[in-house]
Amino acid sequence: MKNKQVVALLGNPNSGKSSLFNQLTGLRQKIGNFPGVTVDKKVGFCRLSGSMDVEILDLPGTYSIYPNSLDEQVVLEVLANPKNPDYPDLAVVVADASNLKRNMLLFEQISDLGVPAILALNMLDVAEESGISINSGKLSKILGIPVVELNAREGIGIEGLKHTIFNQLQHKKTHINPPSFDKKTETVFEEVKSKFGVENKYLALQYAAQAQKLMFLGENQQKDLEEIVKKHNFNADKFQSSETIERYRDISGTLEEVVIEEGVKKETITEKIDHILLHKIWGYVIFLGILFLIFQSVFTIAEAPMDLIDQGVAMVNDFLKSNLPDNQLVSLLTDGLVAGIGGVLIFIPQIAFLFAFISILEESGYMARVVVLMDKLIRRFGMSGKSVVPLISSMACAVPAIMSARTIGSWKDRLITIMVTPLMSCSARLPIYTILIALVVPNTKALGFFNMQGVALMGLYLLGFFSALLAGWLMKFMLKSNERSYFIMELPTYKKPRWKQVGFTILEKVKTFVFEAGKVIVAISIVLWVLASYGPSDKIEQAEKAVIAQNPTLEQSQLDSKIASVRLENSYAGHFGKFIEPAIRPLGYDWKIGIALITSFAAREVFVGTVSTIYSIGADAENETTIKERLRNEVNAETGQPTFSVATSFSLLIFYVFAMMCMSTLAVVYRETKGWKWPIIQLVYMSVLAYVSAFAIYQFLS
Amino acid sequence: MQAEKTVADLKVGEKGIINHFKDDAMSLKLLEMGCLPDTEISLDFIAPLGCPVGITVAGYHLSLRKREAATIVIK
Repeated sequence: MKNKQVVALLGNPNSGKSSLFNQLTGLRQKIGNFPGVTVDKKVGFCRLSGSMDVEILDLPGTYSIYPNSLDEQVVLEVLANPKNPDYPDLAVVVADASNLKRNMLLFEQISDLGVPAILALNMLDVAEESGISINSGKLSKILGIPVVELNAREGIGIEGLKHTIFNQLQHKKTHINPPSFDKKTETVFEEVKSKFGVENKYLALQYAAQAQKLMFLGENQQKDLEEIVKKHNFNADKFQSSETIERYRDISGTLEEVVIEEGVKKETITEKIDHILLHKIWGYVIFLGILFLIFQSVFTIAEAPMDLIDQGVAMVNDFLKSNLPDNQLVSLLTDGLVAGIGGVLIFIPQIAFLFAFISILEESGYMARVVVLMDKLIRRFGMSGKSVVPLISSMACAVPAIMSARTIGSWKDRLITIMVTPLMSCSARLPIYTILIALVVPNTKALGFFNMQGVALMGLYLLGFFSALLAGWLMKFMLKSNERSYFIMELPTYKKPRWKQVGFTILEKVKTFVFEAGKVIVAISIVLWVLASYGPSDKIEQAEKAVIAQNPTLEQSQLDSKIASVRLENSYAGHFGKFIEPAIRPLGYDWKIGIALITSFAAREVFVGTVSTIYSIGADAENETTIKERLRNEVNAETGQPTFSVATSFSLLIFYVFAMMCMSTLAVVYRETKGWKWPIIQLVYMSVLAYVSAFAIYQFLS
Repeated sequence: MQAEKTVADLKVGEKGIINHFKDDAMSLKLLEMGCLPDTEISLDFIAPLGCPVGITVAGYHLSLRKREAATIVIK
C-alpha cells in the first residue's frame, strides 16, 4: 500500500505542463530517475487540503502513448503497468485549449487505459485571442470526468484544480471510450486477456501492439505476445493508424458540441516574427549575433561572482587553517576537501548564466527556429538540427548537454551527437585556456580593436566546434544504420519567457552539476591530496631535510615553498609524473606537467589547481598573477629554457581542446548508451586526437 | 500517369487538402500530430537552405524535412 497518492501530469509538449507542475509544487520538488532508464523523473508534493498531501509526478510531454523517443517511452512504461511504483492514482491531462483537438488524442488514450483523469484546459487566453471559446461544463458532462479551466502561466485556476484533484481522488471517475475495433483485433484482445489476465481492452491491445516497448513484461511474456501477434496476423501499425483516425473522428464530434470558433484568421505575431528570424540572411545573422552576445555576457558577467566564490573559499580555508591544529587531518580537510569543493563551486556562475540564456531561448520558442535554421547544415555532419541544443549546452558542461540529446529520435544522430559533444569547449577548460593564453599571447590589440588574447580564446572554441563537426562527418560514414529518422516537430508560438521557469531551470541544472560532477571532483581532490602528500618510504622527509640543510639563509616563506616543491617531487604523484615523462616529452611536457595531466584526467578543472600546487605557490595560490609569474619564471632544468615556452603552452592548449578528461562525461555517456563500448571508443579517439595534435603543434613550433 | 502532388510541391503560402500518405511509418507520426486526411494544410516557409519546411495544419505550426513533406499527398 502506497502511503501517498500519486497524481501524474501528462500532456503534449508545449501545453504548459511544466508551468502547472511548478505552480502546484512550488519548491517542493526533487529530481530522480525512473528505474532502468536515465530519464529525469520530476516529483513534487502538493497540499490539497489541510491534511492531505499528494505526490505530483511530472511525466515527459508526448503526443500519444506511442513513444518516439526515450523520454516518451517512460509515459507508456508507467501507464501500461498498474504495478509500477509510479503508476498514478489520477492523471491530470493538460491540454492547450487553442489546439484542443490534437491534445484530446492523448487524453482519450490515457483514459482508455483505465486511469481516472481530469482534463485541464490550459491557455484559454490564447484560445480566446484566436476566437475559440469552449464550454467546459458541457465537455465535462459528455466525457463524464471533471474538466478544469486553467491559466498555468499566471497561476489562475490552481486552487480550483487542487479542489478537483481532491474530489477526483475520492470518486476516481474514469472515461472509457475506446474506438470500435475489427474482429481480428477483438480476438487478439480475448487471447491477451485470457493469457495475461488484462481486463482493460485498450491496455490488452497495447500489450499486443507495443510488446517490445513494454520492458516490465520481461522477455518471456514479450515472446508470448509476439506469438499471439503472429498467429492472428495483427498489424500494429495499422491498428495505431486506424485507432488514431477513429479517435480524431470521435473527438471532432465531441468538440463540435462544445467549441465555438469564430474564424478570424489573420497573420499572427508568430508568423511575422518567423519572417525575420527564418530569413535566409537575417536568420543566420541574428542567430550568430545571439550566440556572440551569450558568450560575451557569460564570460564577463560571470567573472565577478566567480572571483567572489574564489575569495570566499580561500577565506574559509584560511579560517580553518588558522583556527585548527596543524596536522594531517586538517590538511586533508583544507587542501583536499575544501579546495575540491571550491573547484566545483567556482563553475556555478558560468553554468547558471549559460543555462539562463539557453532556457530563455527555449522558453521563448526561438530554440525550435534554431533547430530549423541549422538542420540542413548540420545534417551533413551526421547529426540533426536537434543536435544544436546539446552542442550549445556543452559549452557550459557536457554532462547536461549529453542528457539533452535524448530529444533526438534517431539513434544514429543521437549517438554521433553524444560522441562529438565533449569536443566543444566546456567551462572547465576555460581556466586552463585563460592562464596559458595569458602566458604566451601578448595582451595587445590587433587591427585596433581585437584583443589578441580574446582572439586566441575564441580560436580555441572554434577549433573545438569544427573538430566536433569533422568527427561527426567521419562517424556518419562509419556508423551503419537502417533506422529511419524523423525530424518532424512542432513549432511553438513565440512567448514571453516565464522568469520563474527560467529560475527553476537554472536551479535544477546547477544542482545536477554540483552533485553529479561535484562528487567526482571532490573525490579526486582527496585522492590527489593523498598522492601528493605521501611518498614511498621516507623519501619525502629526507628530501625536506636536504632542502633545509642546503638553504640555511632563506626566508621562512621562501623556504616553505621550496619544501613544498621537493615534497611533491618525492610523493607518489611525483613518481607517477616521472614515470609518464618519456611518453609526454615529445609533446613538450616535463614530469610536473605530467602530474597535472594525470590528476586532471578525472576532471580538467583540477589542472590549474595542481599546477599551482606543483610550482609551490602555497599561500598565494588564489592569486592568478602569481601563478602566471611563477609559470613564466619556471625553467626546465635540462635545457635551461622556460618550461612554458610558446611551443609547450600551445601544445597544452591544443591537448586540452581535444582530450577527454572528464570522468563525469564518461559516466554519463555510459548511462546514456547503456554500456562501456561507446565511452571507451570516445575516450580512445579523443585521447589519440589530443596526443597527435599536441605533438604536431609542439614539433611545428619548437 | 501524372505524379501525385505533395506538400513538398506547394509554394510558400499555398494551401492544399491532405489526401493520403505515401509512407506508412511516417503517416503514424503525422496522424498523431493531427495531419488527418481531408484536413487543410498550408506551406508557411521554406528554411533558408531549402529544408526543412514549415507547415500549418489544424491551426498550429509544424516543421518537417522536405523528404518528409513529400510523403503527404494532397488533392
